[in-house]
Amino acid sequence: MLFEYAIVGGILLGIFYALLSVGLNVVFGAQKIINLAHGDVIMLGGYAAWELYQTYKISPIISTIIVVPITVVIGYLLNRLIAPRLGKSSDPEMLSLILFFGLSQVIEALSTLVFGNAERSLPINSIPTAPLKLFGESYPADWWVSALVAIPLLAIFLLFLYRSSVGLQVRAVISDSVEAAVAGINARRISGLYFGVGFALAACAGVWGVFIFGGVSPTEGPAITVTAFAIIVFGSLGNPIGTLVAGIIFGIFYQLAQVYVPSWSNLVPYALVIATMLTRPQGLFGRRQRVA
Amino acid sequence: MPKTAEIKTLQNTGSKTKTLISPAIATLVPVIGFALAIHVYSNELLLTYMAIYVALAQGVNIMYGFTGYLPFGYFGFFGVGAYVSGLAMLNYNLPPVVAVIVGGLGGALVGAILSPLFRLRGAYFAIGTLAASEAIYTIVANPSLQSITNGPYGLNLANYYSSGMAYGSAIALVAISIIAVSYVRGSRFGLTLKAIRDDPYSASMAGVNVPRQRFYAWLISAAIAGMAGSIFGWATSVFYPQAVFDSSLSVLAIVFALFGGVGSVWGPTIGAVLLYSVYNAIGISNPEYFQLIYGLVIVLLVLFAPRGLLGFWNFFAQKIRRKRVTND
Repeated sequence: MLFEYAIVGGILLGIFYALLSVGLNVVFGAQKIINLAHGDVIMLGGYAAWELYQTYKISPIISTIIVVPITVVIGYLLNRLIAPRLGKSSDPEMLSLILFFGLSQVIEALSTLVFGNAERSLPINSIPTAPLKLFGESYPADWWVSALVAIPLLAIFLLFLYRSSVGLQVRAVISDSVEAAVAGINARRISGLYFGVGFALAACAGVWGVFIFGGVSPTEGPAITVTAFAIIVFGSLGNPIGTLVAGIIFGIFYQLAQVYVPSWSNLVPYALVIATMLTRPQGLFGRRQRVA
Repeated sequence: MPKTAEIKTLQNTGSKTKTLISPAIATLVPVIGFALAIHVYSNELLLTYMAIYVALAQGVNIMYGFTGYLPFGYFGFFGVGAYVSGLAMLNYNLPPVVAVIVGGLGGALVGAILSPLFRLRGAYFAIGTLAASEAIYTIVANPSLQSITNGPYGLNLANYYSSGMAYGSAIALVAISIIAVSYVRGSRFGLTLKAIRDDPYSASMAGVNVPRQRFYAWLISAAIAGMAGSIFGWATSVFYPQAVFDSSLSVLAIVFALFGGVGSVWGPTIGAVLLYSVYNAIGISNPEYFQLIYGLVIVLLVLFAPRGLLGFWNFFAQKIRRKRVTND
C-alpha cells in the first residue's frame, strides 16, 4: 500500500514540481540566463496569494490567474534593463548567475523588511478541502488541487509555445536570434516576453507552494532554486517538455524517499543534479551535448 | 586577447626584488594590522571571524580569480574542516593547532573527491558544487549518523578553547592564504591558470596540463577553506551543523572577493575587511539591511564594475600615468 501511495502522491506532487521548475527553464531559454532568483519569484508569488486572500478574500485559484499579467510585465521590464549590458560582457552566462544571485539577495532582504521573518500560511479551507481517495489511500487536498490547477496552466503554456504565432517567433529566437532578427522578428522584444512568461510560471507555482511547502517565508528561495535547477538539468536545459517529465519523475523519487527513508529524502534533489551532471550532462531529453 | 597587465608581469619577472617586495607588503600589512587591531578593539572573536573571512575571500580568489570557476559550494569545505578538526580534537585528543591542519587536509581530500565536477563548465560547475555541499551537509547533519557526527546537535569544543591561540592561527591563515595567492599570481603556475581561464583549448595546445593545474588550484583553495572552518569551529567552541555548512559563508566570501576585485592580491583582503566591518556595524542587529546592501553591491558590480574596487583604482592610476606621459 505504501508503494502505491508513494507513486500516486509522487505523480500529484510531480505535476506541481514541473510547474515549479519550468519557469527556470523558460528564463534560461532565449538568452541563456540562469535565474538564481527563481525561488524568490516563487516566494513573491506565495506572498501575493497570501495578501490577496487575507485582504480581499480572493481564492488562490483566482490569484494564480491574477499574478500572471503582473509578473509578465515585471519580467519583461527587468529583461530589457539587464540584457543589453549582459550581452556586451565576455561571459554572459556566468555574469547572469552572479547578477541574479545579487537580485535574489535584494528580493529576500526587501521581503524580510516588508513581511517579517515569520512563516505565513493560508488556511486549508481557502481551497476545496475534500481529500482525494485512490487505491484505498487518501491524499491531501492541496496535492490534487495544485495538480489540477497546474495541468491547464502547463497545457496553455505548451499551446502558446508550440501552436501560436508568437510561440513560433519565440522558438525561432531560441534557435538563432540573429537569423530570427533577419527574418523580421523583433528578437529583443520576443526574448523579453518569453523571460516574463518564465517569471509568470514561477509566480503561479509560488501561489501553490504556500500549501505544498506548508507556508511561505522570505528565506525559502535558494533551496527552491536548487530543486528547480536539479529538475531542469535532469530533463535537459532549454527543453520545457523534458522539464515536465523530469518534474514527475522527481516527484516520484522524492515521495519514495519520503516513505521509505524519510531522514534522507532531502538528499534527493542534490543527488539527482550531481548524478545527472556527471553521467548524462545533456539530460534525459537532450539531443546535443550542452554542458561539458 | 592581448592582456597588457599580464605581459607586464611577464616582463617584470626579470627584477627579482620587485616581485618579492610587493607580496611581502601585501602579506605583512594585513598580518600586522590584525596583530595591532586586538590592542585597539577588544572583541577578539569578531576579529577572528574577520581574519577567517579574509582567508576565505582569498581562497575564492585562487579559484575564481585565476581559473574562472566560481565555487558556490565553497562552504562545504569550510564545514568539513570544522567537523574533521573538531572530531580529531574530541576523538583523538589532538592539539588544536594540529587539528586545524588536519581539518585543512580534510577539506583538500573532499576537494579531491569532488574533482569530477570539473567536467562541468561555468554556471554548471557553480551549481554543481552548491548541490554537492548541500549533500554533504544533509549527510553530516543526518540524525542517522548521530553516533559519528552527533547529527543535528553539532559539536562542543569548549574544553579546547584558548582565545589567543585561535586568533593567532587565524592570522597565520591570513598570511598563508595571501602568500598562496601571491605565489599563484607571480609564478608560472599562475600564468598557466590564467591561460586556462582565458582559453583552455589554446592552453592545452601550448602544452599546459589543463586538468592537473586546475586540480592543484582547487586543492589549495579547498585546504584554505578547511583550515578556515577548523579555526571557526575552534574559536566558536560550540557549533551546530547549519552554522558551518551555511551557504551564506560562500556567498559572503564571493561578495568580498568580487567587491575588492578578483585576480589581485590586495582586492579580496580590502573587500573582506571593509564589507565585514559594515556587516558588523549594521549586519548583526539588522541583517536584512546588510543583505539588501550586498545584494545591490553585487548587482551594481556586475553591471558597472566587473573588476571590483581595484578595477576602479587601476583605471584611475592608468589615467594619471597616461597624463604624466603626455605632460612629459
